[in-house]
Amino acid sequence: MADASSSSHGDLILTRLTKTFGDFTAVDDLSLTIPQGSFFALLGPSGCGKTTTLRMIAGLEEPTVGSIFIGETDITTKKPYQRPVNTVFQNYALFPHLSIFENVAFGLRRRGVKDVKEQVEKVLALVELPHFADRKPTQLSGGQQQRIALARAIVNRPALLLLDEPLGALDLKLRRQMQIELKWIQTEVGLTFVHVTHDQEEAMTMADTIAVMNEGKIEQMGSPADLYESPATAFVANFLGQSNLIRGVVSSTDGDSNVITVHGQKISLLKSRNQSQTTSVVVGIRPEKIRIDLPDVPTTGNALAGGIVSDVSFVGVSTQYVVEMPWKQDLMVFEQNDGGTPTLRSGDPVSLSWNVPFTFGLDGSQDVNAGAETDEIE
Amino acid sequence: MAYLQSMATRASTFSGKKGRLPYLLLAPGLFWLFTFFVLPIINLAGTSTQTPVVGGDTGQYVQTFRFANYVDAFNASREQFARSFIYATLATLLALAIAYPLAYAIAFRSGKYKNLLLVLVIAPFFTSFLLRTVAWKQILGESGFVVPALRALHIIGANATLTASALAVVTGMTYNFLPFMTLPLYASLERIDPRTLEASNDLYANAFTTFRKVTFPLSMPGVVAGTLLTFIPAAGDYVNAAILGNPNTTMLGNVIDSRFFRIVDYPTAAALSFMLMASILVLVTLYIRKSGTDELV
Repeated sequence: MADASSSSHGDLILTRLTKTFGDFTAVDDLSLTIPQGSFFALLGPSGCGKTTTLRMIAGLEEPTVGSIFIGETDITTKKPYQRPVNTVFQNYALFPHLSIFENVAFGLRRRGVKDVKEQVEKVLALVELPHFADRKPTQLSGGQQQRIALARAIVNRPALLLLDEPLGALDLKLRRQMQIELKWIQTEVGLTFVHVTHDQEEAMTMADTIAVMNEGKIEQMGSPADLYESPATAFVANFLGQSNLIRGVVSSTDGDSNVITVHGQKISLLKSRNQSQTTSVVVGIRPEKIRIDLPDVPTTGNALAGGIVSDVSFVGVSTQYVVEMPWKQDLMVFEQNDGGTPTLRSGDPVSLSWNVPFTFGLDGSQDVNAGAETDEIE
Repeated sequence: MAYLQSMATRASTFSGKKGRLPYLLLAPGLFWLFTFFVLPIINLAGTSTQTPVVGGDTGQYVQTFRFANYVDAFNASREQFARSFIYATLATLLALAIAYPLAYAIAFRSGKYKNLLLVLVIAPFFTSFLLRTVAWKQILGESGFVVPALRALHIIGANATLTASALAVVTGMTYNFLPFMTLPLYASLERIDPRTLEASNDLYANAFTTFRKVTFPLSMPGVVAGTLLTFIPAAGDYVNAAILGNPNTTMLGNVIDSRFFRIVDYPTAAALSFMLMASILVLVTLYIRKSGTDELV
């Protein structure tokens, strides 16, 4: 325990980690390496197994199968108090009977650290609450309690800091502010952060690497930009932001592109962006990449004709259109309010177009609605 | 303007009604307390300083404001005073030792049996206090299973008995007041957020340290409530001593009982009652001050 801050540093390596509760498999054969010093996010809807994964890393849940290593050290069977891992709990779990100072000093005292006072004061300064040492947790606001929970964990300089939906209880504005601060603190202290969240925007703002989880498995892992621009599955495409997914068939090949027939119209998809192994393909395009025009305006790149505007919502920076296509599918289009396009009204006939490289192709056997709007439920 | 005025009057009558409502709600309780607590207490206080009517019958007393009654009463029952507090303290500590693990198990480990176990804790209340104490006498008596078992194991001598002893009185009180200890302990343990215990575990505290530094301090409101609910009735109890004790284990309650109903010495009984009340009040106040749980409740 005393060497928590020195010897066991290294990458976090999860190997074939599985957790079952009765018949239910919460985490299913998950293997993952999280490099030391990174800000890693486990992102997924509730019940996807992300919190169970986190609890297994913390030692609060025992894996059914698999192993957990930090660097060279196997911590799979170690008790929570024997691991160089600290957690920032959802709703903070501060000790209500102890002062803020004693809350933060708790881990240091258990490990018999000498300069408790100095370290606590330092970390309270880091989270910008230096004058709160004598108060009780109930006397603090939600945002302040959140910072104390963070201070209580990072003061121990763990090899790994786990954050379980740490900002879930804060209001939107405070959440945005704390996201930036958390990122800054992570850079400042240089610890590995593993952050569990169902908020895709939060994960994208803070993490270097995001693993999107669904039904106990990792759907895709990568940088926020990679995941957003090149989703590998319909679930990721829908869960991370919004996507228009349209079923199509590869009808021919033209140089480095496939020509896809979607409901009788032809569009191009770069071969390098087509993940389907068969001719059945789901074509994806992000709503903000699409240009919306009246039917007689000439278009470049890919184009789909025959749309009718069925809903218009003005959201300040952009206008969001719902366009009903001839095959009765609604597509989303976000248009910047930069004066470039005249505002369209419900019922206007339109055609949609976008640059070919923005098109991505997914395996055609998937449910095109997988992961859609699941992030709105909680 | 008229409209505004009518609004204002309506507002004021509304707030006036609202202001009286709490007192109306309190009235029945206050009436009850006044009739059956305050008046008797005043009456008792009066009785405590009376002296016998010279040449009168037994039970005839007259008010002479003789405060020396208190000194006499205390001197005559010092032993019982001491015993009341010693037995009550022992019973409270025993009950705490038994009830804490029980309440802990119900709160944290009982799963779906939680409600069943809670019903079992209060099940003894379905029979009378007296009956249970008599039953306890039988359990500890010659015909019970405890004495032969202890004899066979040579824990007690062949002629030793358990009834009619201080041990029987204290165990009887422990048994009778156990639910009063268990329920508040359960209530405060149950309120503890399991995540604070996980947080303690996460912050390098093993199970024992977590109990010492987090669980127990957080259960202090229950400990204080439970010990008070056990100690206060135990200190004034006389049923256990009467049924399970012997003449050398009498408590203050027994003295008050016999002074009131057998000897018909009302002033002494009243003075003893007052002294018992006062000493419990002082002890309880000191205890609550010392335990400093007001912040937690």
